[in-house]
Amino acid sequence: MKRHALGMYAVLIYAFLHVPLLVLAVFSFNSSKFTVWRGFSLEWYRTAFRDSALVEASINSLIIALVASLLATVAGTVCAYGLWKRSAPVLSESLYLSLVTPEIVTGISLLALFQWMFRFLRIQLGMHTVILAHVAFSLAYVVIVVMARLRTFDPSLEEAAMDLGATEWQAFRRVTLPSILPGVIAAGLLAFTVSIDDYVITSMVAGVDSETLPMVIFQMARRGVSPVVNAISTIIVVVLGGLVLVSERIQR
Amino acid sequence: MQRLRALFLAPARAVNLFLFIAPMAIVLAYSLLSRGIYGGVERPWTLESYGRLFDPLYGGILLRSFWISGLSTLVCLVLGFPMAMFIARSGARRNLYLNLVILPFWTSFLVRTYAWMFLLRDTGLINTFLQWTGVIHEPLPLLYNDGAVILGLVYGYLPFMVLPLYTTLEKLDKSLLEASADLGAKPWVTLTRVVIPLSAPGIRAGSILVFITCLGAYLTPDLLGGSKTVMIGNVIQNQFTSARDWPFGAAASLALMALVMVLLIVILRRDKEQLL
Repeated sequence: MKRHALGMYAVLIYAFLHVPLLVLAVFSFNSSKFTVWRGFSLEWYRTAFRDSALVEASINSLIIALVASLLATVAGTVCAYGLWKRSAPVLSESLYLSLVTPEIVTGISLLALFQWMFRFLRIQLGMHTVILAHVAFSLAYVVIVVMARLRTFDPSLEEAAMDLGATEWQAFRRVTLPSILPGVIAAGLLAFTVSIDDYVITSMVAGVDSETLPMVIFQMARRGVSPVVNAISTIIVVVLGGLVLVSERIQR
Repeated sequence: MQRLRALFLAPARAVNLFLFIAPMAIVLAYSLLSRGIYGGVERPWTLESYGRLFDPLYGGILLRSFWISGLSTLVCLVLGFPMAMFIARSGARRNLYLNLVILPFWTSFLVRTYAWMFLLRDTGLINTFLQWTGVIHEPLPLLYNDGAVILGLVYGYLPFMVLPLYTTLEKLDKSLLEASADLGAKPWVTLTRVVIPLSAPGIRAGSILVFITCLGAYLTPDLLGGSKTVMIGNVIQNQFTSARDWPFGAAASLALMALVMVLLIVILRRDKEQLL
C-alpha cells in the first residue's frame, strides 16, 4: 500500500505528540514573559530555584516518591514471585481492579479511609498518608512489570538450586532475585515515576505540610501560564523522560 | 513452599485489603448514609444519593461526560489506527517507533496538559502566531471549552489506543492481505473487509481503555475546560471539597466504578489476551 503516505502521517502524529513539550521547553529559556522570543535566558530557572514553596514541594515529592516506590517495589516484587509460584485469582484480580479504578475514585476512597482513621485513631493527613496512598496505587504496576520478567525466568534453575541443598529463601535470594533484578529495578523506576507525577490522588490525601510538586504546579497553572511553570515543567519532563529511558534499557 | 509464599503475598494482601478494599467499603457505606449538617455523613441509611444520580442536572453532566469521552475515543481510534498500522509494518524499527508513542505517556500528565494551556490560551503560541501573520486580529477562543478538553484527552490517551491496535495488527497474517490482493481486491477493500474486521479485538480493547480513562478524567476538564465543561470526575471531587456532600460523591464514585467494571468485563470476556 502507500507506504509514503503512511510515513508522512506518522511524522504528523509524532509531531502532535512531541512538539507541544518541545515548544514548552524552548519557551522556558525565553527572556520575555510573553510568547514572543526575546533571547536566551535562564532567568525562569533561577526564579524557580529561589521559590521556597517550589523547593519545599520538590523535596516533599522526592521523599514521598523514594519511600513509596521503595515500599511498593519490595511488596510488589515478593507478591509477583508468590503469584508466579501459584496463582491467587482474588488477589490478582483485586490488584488489577485497583489499576483501572479512576484516579479520582481512588483519591476519594483513600480520603474517606483517612478521615475515618482520623475520627477513630486521631491520625492526621500528612506525608505518611500520601506515602500510603502512593504505595497503594503503584503496587499493581510493580507486580505487572516484575511478573513479565518472571515469565521469562526458567523455574528449573530454582529447582536445581533446591536439589543442591538451598532452602526456598536461599533459592529465591541467590538464584531467582539476581536474574529478575533488571525487572525489579525497572518496576521501581516506574513506581517512582507514577508517584512523583501524581496530582489527583495526592491532592485529596495531602495535609497542609505535605504539598507536593504537582500540587504547586497545578495551583500555578490554574492561575494562568507562567514562564516559571514552563521551566519546572521542562525539568520534570527531562528527569522523568530520562528515568523511563533508563528503565527501558534495564528491562531489555 | 507454602509458608514462604504466604509470607511473600502478605504485604501486597495487606496493602490491597487496607488501602483498596477497605476504602471502597467505606465509600459504599458513605453512599448509603445521609449528608451531615457540617459535611461528613450521618444516619439514617438511605438510597437517596443514588436516586439523585438521575437528577436532570447530573444526568446532563453524565451525558456530557459520555459525549466528550465517546468523541475523544473516536478521534483516538481514527488517529491511532493508521499509526498502529505504520508501526506494525516498520520492520526492525518497530520497537523504536512504538516507544516514541509511549514515551510522552510516561512523562508527567500534568505537564502535558499544561503544555496545551500554553499553546491554546488567548496570548498563547497559536494565537500569537496567527495574529503576527495577520490571519486573525482577535485571539481565537481556543482554551476553556469542550474542544480543548477533547484535544487534551486525545493527546493524553492516544497511546492507550495505539498499543492494543498494534498488538493485533502485528499478529495479522500477511498472507491474508496477499490473498485478498490476488483475488483482485483494491487496497481500500482489503483494509475494510480484511484488516479492520481482523483487528476488531484491538479496536474493542483500545476503545474501551480510552473510553473508561476519559470517563474518569478530572485533571483535563479542570484545566482545559471552561466553567461549563464539567465531567463526572469533577462532580465527584466537588462533593468532597466545596459542596460537602459526601454521600452523593460516594454514590457517584461507585456508579462510575460500576460503569468501568461493566465495560471491562465486556472485553475481558471476549478478548482476554488483549489486556493482561
